[in-house]
Amino acid sequence: MLEKKIAGYSDEISVAPGERIRFMVSCEAGVDRYQADIVRLISGDRQPGGPGYRDELLPTSVSGEYHGRTQETYCGSYAIVPHGPAFAGLADLGLQAAIFPTLPSLRRACVIAKMDVEAGRGFALWTDPAQGLVLQLGDGAGGVQEFALGRPLVAREWYLVSATYDSAVGEVRLHQELLNSYARDESSGAATHTSAATAAVSCEAPLLIAAASRGEARGKPVGEMIFNGRIERPVVASRVLDAGDIEALRHGPVAPNLRSDICAAWDFGQAFETDDIIDISPNRAHGRLVNLPIRAVRGSNWTGDELSFHHAPDQYAAIHFLDDSLYDCEWEPDFELEIPADTPSGLYAARLRSGDQEDHITFVVRPPRELSERADAGDRATASLALLIPTASYMAYGNARGAIEVGNELLANHLTVISPEMRYLNRHPDYGNSMYDDHNDGTGVCYSSRLRPLINIRPTHPWLWQLSADMHIVEWLESQDIAFDVITDEDMHQDGVALLERYSCVMTCSHPEYYSTPMWDALHAFTQRGGRLMYMGGNGFYWRVAYRDDKPGAMEMRRTEDGSRSWASEPGEYYMAFTGEYGGLWWRAGRTPQSLVGNGFIAQGFDHSSYFRRTADSRDPRAAFIFEGVDDEIIGDFGLIGGGAAGLELDSASRAYGTPPHALVVATSEQHTDAYIRVNEDIGHMLLSIGGQDDPGVHADVVFFETPRGGAVFSTGSIGWSSALFHNDHDNNISRITRNVLNRFLDPTPLA
Amino acid sequence: MPSQYPIDPSRTDLAHEFMANPMGPHSAALQRIVTRMRDTEAAGRYVLVTRVPYQEWGLAQLSGKRGVDLTMIEDQVFTSIEDAERAVFKLRWELITGVPLALD
Ligand SMILES: [Fe+2]
Repeated sequence: MLEKKIAGYSDEISVAPGERIRFMVSCEAGVDRYQADIVRLISGDRQPGGPGYRDELLPTSVSGEYHGRTQETYCGSYAIVPHGPAFAGLADLGLQAAIFPTLPSLRRACVIAKMDVEAGRGFALWTDPAQGLVLQLGDGAGGVQEFALGRPLVAREWYLVSATYDSAVGEVRLHQELLNSYARDESSGAATHTSAATAAVSCEAPLLIAAASRGEARGKPVGEMIFNGRIERPVVASRVLDAGDIEALRHGPVAPNLRSDICAAWDFGQAFETDDIIDISPNRAHGRLVNLPIRAVRGSNWTGDELSFHHAPDQYAAIHFLDDSLYDCEWEPDFELEIPADTPSGLYAARLRSGDQEDHITFVVRPPRELSERADAGDRATASLALLIPTASYMAYGNARGAIEVGNELLANHLTVISPEMRYLNRHPDYGNSMYDDHNDGTGVCYSSRLRPLINIRPTHPWLWQLSADMHIVEWLESQDIAFDVITDEDMHQDGVALLERYSCVMTCSHPEYYSTPMWDALHAFTQRGGRLMYMGGNGFYWRVAYRDDKPGAMEMRRTEDGSRSWASEPGEYYMAFTGEYGGLWWRAGRTPQSLVGNGFIAQGFDHSSYFRRTADSRDPRAAFIFEGVDDEIIGDFGLIGGGAAGLELDSASRAYGTPPHALVVATSEQHTDAYIRVNEDIGHMLLSIGGQDDPGVHADVVFFETPRGGAVFSTGSIGWSSALFHNDHDNNISRITRNVLNRFLDPTPLA
Repeated sequence: MPSQYPIDPSRTDLAHEFMANPMGPHSAALQRIVTRMRDTEAAGRYVLVTRVPYQEWGLAQLSGKRGVDLTMIEDQVFTSIEDAERAVFKLRWELITGVPLALD
């Protein structure tokens, strides 16, 4: 049985000719060498009756054989504070923080540590599954003395914890106090111990929050024994803190009488949109976060009166650390490529092969960048059509673990088929999760990154979803001999509408679900300035996401209020740390998909796809061009996913939700199975009639409408649409309709 | 918690319907028991494992735990998804009703 053993990623997702892209590869035992080539991707679906895999070699310096090696990934989030004068000469010690452990019984986890393990110098404060709070102090001779409180902590509760060491009398005090009040609480308590010998508290190791470290890799301490849960206002003091000091230090500025003795007091309620943690003591011993722990989360003092962290930053001064979060694998590059000057824009991959092993690290070559001094920016496009690759949605779905961890049998109404790629992903929890998964502690995954292998974002992945499904569109465009440029969500996010305005027509892929504000603005402005948009999928423009300029390849999203979702954000955590914007459904931010493209998500199901029937609107002379040469009443009763063009996720038109008043619904799907169910955000009272057979609202609408200045939008309303393009060697009514629309949309004659 | 919809072991007519068309769509009565069968805990869930892409599948049970591999069930190999659905239907019928599925 085939076992997948090779995977990689690239540092860039979209590069212009002349720019560089680097590729990082890791091989498991047995793959000592591999062949790498750069190929232009033409087709990917290998199922029987499908178009198969096809590519075209791009001769580059990359082509060649490479040495395979295993590259280590260090996942898990923590903070690093470099050693500095703030921590010099420590003899006595005071430590405190508020903590909210989410997996206290899993294993010992480190809250704060500054320890030179080899020398046995420093201190570390832990939570222990059986002992609760544990303080370790160096013995100065390569070992540690350990002092335990002796009461296990309860998961998902806030505690105020503190530990002190008085070197004059050798006394250690530990304190943990549950901040909620429960009868029969046995987890709060204190302990006093006497140290056998004078502890060696001072060391020059960096200080870590939420992790301990035994050594460095890639220029920074590797975090281990990572704390799962929230930490708020950690403090390191150079003297014993009493109960009054501890209470005074929990919130607000450091009081004048404490300033001389505080090494550092970090306020996580500052610099939310960065990786910085800010020390508010006079020492300014700031630190940096690693691997995207969750910021802008509720602290121990959250009242519920304010729902945005911007309105009450002091109530959001906590960070949620996770032992499986990941920003950047930071692997060594295996090869790199400068995109040759004459490389046509397109969807490309570094194709890795070794025996029966393969991987495709997919990237986009965008058209040449316009020079900023040029006024005639429009001439830098190399085609009239742009295919918009939904890299935001690829990142959201990248490394989705549902199939291998839970099985999606009830969703699919069929047995789950596990491919070698899915087993490989399961062998690699270190590659991080998709935004559809939970972290190990049950917290929903609200950050993603493309600086890691995204195992299911591959042109040949057997789960036809996102890239593998979008290959049907690429294959169709190739078959039609239509010139097209390829651009990405990230290009659009950065360049705005100027990028789109070079084109007569922009075509989306099958499931452009995740949109940042600049992306939404750009696409909307394009449609309002005479541009023509072909929305070739379903459940598009649904969730709002955020990028950070200083964090390339990372993305944030919150699953708020409602929507079809695999987890839900905590109350009060609906605002995104990256930008401060309200997260969740675009609908809830007043921008419906219907107002952008005429239809919006209404239902989903994954067993059998259905077909469309033409409507009376389709006879409107305005829609005549769409159906030229199509006599059929029934459209798309075929396809490579579920056997129909109306399937998977469906969008319908709704005047109430913003479909333009003049929009034409030219076809409507019908007879969906009961596995198709209306989206929860569109359900008021729960009724028995929610499935496709009972609920007439469960259908997709194909929508056409003109936009100002001669533009137009055509929306297919279904993820399944593109899976029908290949049928009968592209000679079918879905292909014909798509071609009719594209021809008209490429014709400069105004539509309205 | 999985579904608690009872399966009546005397309704072999529904089992016959499934065997004739394992991929569905099913009648409402059959879909109810298929839903009952598919609504299981993650740990131990029957899944198909690709042996030869699009040609041959083995049967396995999920671990239900991140990072822990599934468990292959030896000598359960299928050359069609339909046959695999039929085999798992039989397994689950007996598991849920306590009565082996006997069809002539
Ligand atoms: Fe989706």
